[in-house]
Amino acid sequence: MFAWLWLRVTNLVEAFRKYGNLLRELVVRDIKVRYRKSILGLVWTVLNPLLMMCVITVVFSTIFKQNIPNFPIYYLSGSLIFSFNSEATSNAMHSILSNCSLIKKVYLPKYLFPIACVLSSLVNLAFSLIAMVIVMILTQAPFYPTLLLLPIPIFYTFIFAVGLGMLLAALTVFFRDIAHFYGVFILAWTYFTPIFYPVEILPQAALTLMKFNPMYHYVSYMRNLILYGQVPGVLENLACIVVSLIMLAIGLAVFYRRQDRFVLYI
Amino acid sequence: MSVSVRVDHVSMMFNMSSEKVDSIKEYLIRVLKHKISVQPFWALQDISFELEKGDALGVVGLNGSGKSTLLKLISGILKPTSGTVETYGSIAPLIELGAGFDPELSARENIFLNGAVLGYSREYMAQHYDEILKFAELEDFADIAIKNFSSGMTARLGFAIATMNVPDILILDEILSVGDYKFQEKSFARMETLIHSGATMLFVSHSTSQIEKLCTKALWLDKGHVRMYGPAQEVCQAYEGAWE
Repeated sequence: MFAWLWLRVTNLVEAFRKYGNLLRELVVRDIKVRYRKSILGLVWTVLNPLLMMCVITVVFSTIFKQNIPNFPIYYLSGSLIFSFNSEATSNAMHSILSNCSLIKKVYLPKYLFPIACVLSSLVNLAFSLIAMVIVMILTQAPFYPTLLLLPIPIFYTFIFAVGLGMLLAALTVFFRDIAHFYGVFILAWTYFTPIFYPVEILPQAALTLMKFNPMYHYVSYMRNLILYGQVPGVLENLACIVVSLIMLAIGLAVFYRRQDRFVLYI
Repeated sequence: MSVSVRVDHVSMMFNMSSEKVDSIKEYLIRVLKHKISVQPFWALQDISFELEKGDALGVVGLNGSGKSTLLKLISGILKPTSGTVETYGSIAPLIELGAGFDPELSARENIFLNGAVLGYSREYMAQHYDEILKFAELEDFADIAIKNFSSGMTARLGFAIATMNVPDILILDEILSVGDYKFQEKSFARMETLIHSGATMLFVSHSTSQIEKLCTKALWLDKGHVRMYGPAQEVCQAYEGAWE
């Protein structure tokens, strides 16, 4: 049993050493191709969330009259981590299909493709955080030392996105319908996560349901660190870890069981 | 001599009807109608052979005889329905030249991307970068996006990258017909050097003269079965003789 486990682990390490370079090249390709032929290039990763925030802030501070202190930061801290997850998982969902020419012609570990998508979204997130820092300076928001702990919720979300991305990638190979449905699902998920409204305005029933929304936990974690200078407790951390690991386990299990048949369906 | 490739009673079955079910609606309809029928197509049946280090195997056969499927099984892209494939050493699969090139990226960027696909490090590719461009005769086009290349240029670049290093096992699917006459001679010469330096080679071609020149052994596939396996010249002559 232990020998078997050890073999699996050494295999994994070996594979990462061999394909680590490819993973990096795939991430670089992703970013390069996305901003090719655009004059501002990578600046868009900073500019995009900034402009988005302006629109949302105008809409919600004039039309809907929300009374959230420092709304721009409230919105950004939630939306950045949410868009990281939705962008990463939507791209990962298409990753096996869009790399079919490679998968049909060369033997490669297939998990590289969804993981590369999540990683390139992670790079995007890092740039977007610059946008948030700019807004924090402009609005003279306080800089809490807890900001240094931001990698923790980002890591939780990363693990979650890898799991969900692998699950979607594997299922989409067999049922293309999922790709059409996921866009609507993401929209519903956006509204059911307190990104531009405070969670308190929800009725009690919805609040209970909200506890089962993984993104709710990651978003509140981000806000605790950025807006309130608080470190979430052991229970909240445990909830995040368990949710991330369950998603990862489901994603890995489905992906590994199906991956040998991908090539027959793409 | 040590064994390099061992193919043991390998069969490959494709399910032809499953190709069409790729939406949930269609799937459910079929489940309700009990029509998840299996329509098996055996692309390969009970193939066995062994190659030693330094062997060069030519695979001949008509279209649809299972040649490409066999190469895909050996390179690990497909998993056999039954039987086992064992390979020892690094594999450079050239099922198609330039697989994984991104049309939006330049030749320079694609060299590094394709090198990574074949498992080489960035430093290693940087060392051999000039050599690759020179062999592909594309020095003047290094910064042009691949989508603007002609198919011959793309194939030359793919060939130059894949044969830059001496792999333990080299898998080639009809790639010696790329490029113009001059480049064909050049790539043929490079193939000979690779074989002499100890690489095991599997090679699909419709040109029996190429196989007779390059290969030591040959395998004749006919509708997924082995029709003949033996020294390259004997098999090639029998293969040609069959159509006269």
